Amino acid sequence: MYSFELVRPKSLAEALSALKEEDAQALGGGQTLIPTLKQRLAQPSKLVSLSAIDEIKGVCVDDDGRLCIGGGTTHGEIVASAGDYPALVSLASRIGDPAVRNRGTIGGSIANNDPSACYPAACLASNATICTDHREIPADEFFQGMFMTALEEGEIVTEVRFPVPQKANYQKFAQPASRFPLVGVFVARFSDGVRVAITGASEGGVFRWTEAEEALSDNFSPEAIEGLTASADGLITDLHGSAAYRAHLIKVLTGRAVKAAA
Amino acid sequence: MPKDTGIGASSKRREDVRFLTGDGNYTDDINVHGQAYVHFLRSDVAHAKINGIDTSAAEGMPGVIRIFTGKDFEAVGGLPCGWQVTDRHGQPMQEPKHPVLAHGKVRHVGDPICAVVAETLAQARDAAEAIELDLEILPAVINMKEAVKDGAPKVHDDLTSNLCYDWGFVEENRAAVDEAISKAAHVTTLELVNNRLIANPMEPRVAVGQWEKGTGDYTLYTTSQNPHVIRLLMGAFVLGIPEHKLRVVAPDVGGGFGSKIFHYAEEAFCTWAAKECRRPVKWTSTRSEAFMTDAHGRDHVTRIELALDADHNFTALRTETYANMGAYLSTFAPSVPTWLHGTLMAGNYKTPLIYVNVKAVFTNTVPVDAYRGAGRPEATFQLERVIDKAARELGVDPIELRRKNFVTEFPYATPVAVEYDTGDYNATMDKLIEIADIAGFEARAEESKKKGLWRGLGVNSYIEACGIAPSNLVGQLGARAGLYESATVRVNATGGLVVMTGSHSHGQGHETAFPQVVADMIGIPEDMVEVVHGDTANTPMGMGTYGSRSLAVGGSAMVRATEKIIAKAKKIAAHIMEASDSDIELKDGKFTVAGTDKSLAWGDVTLAAYVPHNYPLKDMEPGLEETAFYDPNNFTYPAGAYACEVEVDPETGKVTVARFAAADDFGNIINPMIVDGQVHGGIAQGIGQALLENCAYDEAGQLISASYMDYAMPRADDVPFYSVDHSCQTPCTHNPLGVKGCGEAGAIGSPPAVVNAVIDALQRGGKNVTHIDMPLSPARVWAAMNGATANEGAAQPAARDSGSAEGRSLGGQV
Amino acid sequence: MMPKTPLSFTLNGSETALFVDPGANLLDTLRRGAGDLTPKLGCAQGTCGACTVLIDGEPHLSCLTLAETVEGRDIATTGGLADGPDLHPLQQAFMEGFAAQCGFCTAGMLMAAKALLDRRPNPSRDEVIEAIGGNLCRCTGYEPIVDAILTAAARMQGRSA
Repeated sequence: MYSFELVRPKSLAEALSALKEEDAQALGGGQTLIPTLKQRLAQPSKLVSLSAIDEIKGVCVDDDGRLCIGGGTTHGEIVASAGDYPALVSLASRIGDPAVRNRGTIGGSIANNDPSACYPAACLASNATICTDHREIPADEFFQGMFMTALEEGEIVTEVRFPVPQKANYQKFAQPASRFPLVGVFVARFSDGVRVAITGASEGGVFRWTEAEEALSDNFSPEAIEGLTASADGLITDLHGSAAYRAHLIKVLTGRAVKAAA
Repeated sequence: MPKDTGIGASSKRREDVRFLTGDGNYTDDINVHGQAYVHFLRSDVAHAKINGIDTSAAEGMPGVIRIFTGKDFEAVGGLPCGWQVTDRHGQPMQEPKHPVLAHGKVRHVGDPICAVVAETLAQARDAAEAIELDLEILPAVINMKEAVKDGAPKVHDDLTSNLCYDWGFVEENRAAVDEAISKAAHVTTLELVNNRLIANPMEPRVAVGQWEKGTGDYTLYTTSQNPHVIRLLMGAFVLGIPEHKLRVVAPDVGGGFGSKIFHYAEEAFCTWAAKECRRPVKWTSTRSEAFMTDAHGRDHVTRIELALDADHNFTALRTETYANMGAYLSTFAPSVPTWLHGTLMAGNYKTPLIYVNVKAVFTNTVPVDAYRGAGRPEATFQLERVIDKAARELGVDPIELRRKNFVTEFPYATPVAVEYDTGDYNATMDKLIEIADIAGFEARAEESKKKGLWRGLGVNSYIEACGIAPSNLVGQLGARAGLYESATVRVNATGGLVVMTGSHSHGQGHETAFPQVVADMIGIPEDMVEVVHGDTANTPMGMGTYGSRSLAVGGSAMVRATEKIIAKAKKIAAHIMEASDSDIELKDGKFTVAGTDKSLAWGDVTLAAYVPHNYPLKDMEPGLEETAFYDPNNFTYPAGAYACEVEVDPETGKVTVARFAAADDFGNIINPMIVDGQVHGGIAQGIGQALLENCAYDEAGQLISASYMDYAMPRADDVPFYSVDHSCQTPCTHNPLGVKGCGEAGAIGSPPAVVNAVIDALQRGGKNVTHIDMPLSPARVWAAMNGATANEGAAQPAARDSGSAEGRSLGGQV
Repeated sequence: MMPKTPLSFTLNGSETALFVDPGANLLDTLRRGAGDLTPKLGCAQGTCGACTVLIDGEPHLSCLTLAETVEGRDIATTGGLADGPDLHPLQQAFMEGFAAQCGFCTAGMLMAAKALLDRRPNPSRDEVIEAIGGNLCRCTGYEPIVDAILTAAARMQGRSA
């Protein structure tokens, strides 16, 4: 690790000001960034830890009935406090292990947008709104490809607002080593339709399987997708599975998610 | 009733007190006053010519003490290989130089080029980044079969090719084997890969070198399974330091599994640099470095043919194996695919004719050497897989086919040079059938079916040769070391004993089990016996711990030394009690004279040995301390039968191990608790090999599985309950304890059981899949079921040449 | 060179104050600064669990924790688990169940287990397996560890195992 200055602002305003400095970088739970720094793959001069900012932590329900989760909320806190959205709790409870869940944050996860992260699937399937220090971004616009988001330099994820679906389920098929999803499928059924988000599978990061959404919006049952085939184009091929295998898993897991949710 | 002390008791481990309180003393816990830190600048490419190294900018960086390159080591030797294999034509293997720091070329990702010694590790890393390397990248050879083709890039320019040796065993049998196979009623053929693995002890390697200005003495603290071997190899062959000026200490070691047997460059570097820099020098491996510098394991590609007559008797066996050596010869690498593998190809069976051919190949990958089992898992896997396939082809019960061919009379001389002294393979199979509840399998399969899962049962036998090894025999086979073990037993005046052993405990529990033996022999409490190990300064020259040898060889040395102690103590007792030596009996810590009521306590005699007032000084020296070196006259042959039940998810290919049972014959047992633990751990590693672990390179020689994010280690939810039994005991006939060794059995016996079970599940599910190469990841199983390509990344060095990824995953599917 | 930062925290009940380099991680700080060698460096990448410590009672990977973030907090390591010569029930159960072999993962395993039992005194077997899911052990095959944690839980609740 190169040496750097660590600052731990207690307010969002202080954090934003600190991030204005050149080569300053925001630090969430550090589950990805710290290993990256230790391998000397990044060299920020200043790390701005967001972990002491109480105003971006916690879980509540807003007037529209949306579940609002502060960007600095850890996976463990979500498991404990997001009972209004059981599928999200279930997702959070299966990230990593207890130590990881005590440190990793939802804001850090979605800002990083690892193509194998779990939360992006929940955000996209739930049609969540990602709130930052100065704007609100719909999930459909937020995730822009592997490790790419709509966030600007120095912008902080302050809150994620989840409309709570009528029914939802997250199926995670773990990559055997990392236990990240080799494929993860989040299915959410709302009164106006079904959304299906896929993580782990695509070179382009999290995406929606629109054919399945259409079929499931008409008929929310596993049978509805029997005739569909997820395309392997653009899917990841690596040590742990081919694009064709991932495409196959997308369909299997979508069916399982629907069955579990229905 | 189980005993509560001595031989056969599950004595709780005394070393656990320090391990459980965090007070163990591991090498990284050792910090020497004034120590500097070394960071190795390593090659990030698999093969390149070093045209230049410019350290000038780095040398001026803060905290830098000195920067070393290959040139600095021209005056010292290279890392030696401890075994010379002679090929089919009577020629010695090709043996390349193995410099401490790369010289001229780099040959694998991770090959050390420069070593930066600095005041802090961060400063050493900073300086390493300022070193300018001029590397001319060369084409890399990763695939073994490509590597031996004419015109392939050469890993070592001064060798004639990348072929280390072409070994035939038993060469004289070759024609007879060929003929038997051509005339057989049935021949089953299988091509398979024994996957490349990384040992991954949880403690990374560490070395701390120290040099005393006043005396010129060197000390190396290192994570080793055999400190004396390191002292000999490094002192005599690399650095030219006489052994009496070199002390090697291997304190608590956090697991080894073979990977800490070998002498590594970092050990030699830290020792040498300590004098050059006049500072102690410490190196702690990162996990990334461990992945690319610890010797890897296995990596065989094999074609095996089993011939049977019309009555299903095995008539001949022929194998051809490519074995990856990596870029250099690690300490014992050449012996693994030859003498530790070919000699086991008879397995538990009376196959009369066997021919084993092994081509060892250099590639631009990390050196490959022994990993838990070393050669014997490779032999067992191919044999037990081909037998299973034969049973399926012939439509016979796989257990009955094995039983029909079991060796049943002992001693049994195999056609591959070893003689099994004792065993009872039907007994362990019977026991297995009982503890695995094989009778209940069909009912469990029905239950699985209700859940939408396919259940399969895999059963196999195994045998291993351990208790390594008769020195005169291994000397004829090319070993450049003896393989005896030593013990000094020192009795103190007040009766307590210290056993100084050349064996090394890094989890095996010697500190508890060895005293159980000595305490039993004398009849005193176990806590009167202490074990000292791991320091060349206070233990006799010993060969260390590997090959399931500690109790069988090291324990035997301890028994011999203790016997000498008892013999001398009896003479002292006889003198004091004015009796004849031959009338003295020692029982429960008391010397008695047969036929009288005279007695002396153990402590009275030990005190007399050191306060020799009433003592036969004319005939005997005072004191009570004896050393024994024990050289076994044969290997030991643990054997057993394993059963695995898996559930396969037909939709995803995911395999779950539902049950695992192991019935082992380890001969006599000293501590059943420790034996259970050794078997559990071995099975977990075998399940890891079968289902999870895959060390993979891409075609350019980059290690793809270079962290725990891609190298799948078994975790708590990957493994089942284990049902283990070692009540079948045919004691070893040639060592004093009748023990055989249990450290590797689990890792040897379990992979074929897992794979046999998965194949069984798929067949029961209606898929005609006859083989899938390990690890049986969900992707590979699904691909095999669906005739699709299982893309497990780019190239794998072990890939068979027919070997599209498809061929690999589908194996023998027809 | 950047100046060192003063840092104070409670380590196994004792006030600890020292200076740390910018960016220092808690594992190095405990081992080199505070002299508590019980947490181990297994991977330094947050993937093996050998460095697990409790921060305010919750398990954390000390190799991924920046030292400066524990200012004023309460750190517990395996070094503080035993009560003088009396082993903690987890340690006792590990010994009786042969749940440590080489001992290198053990300190992290014990802290992960302690965090679980502090939170859930009567865990199910699956909960135990989940709780140590981030802790790699290469020696034992895990079953003895799971059994030992369940045994300790039972004893701490006054039940027979």
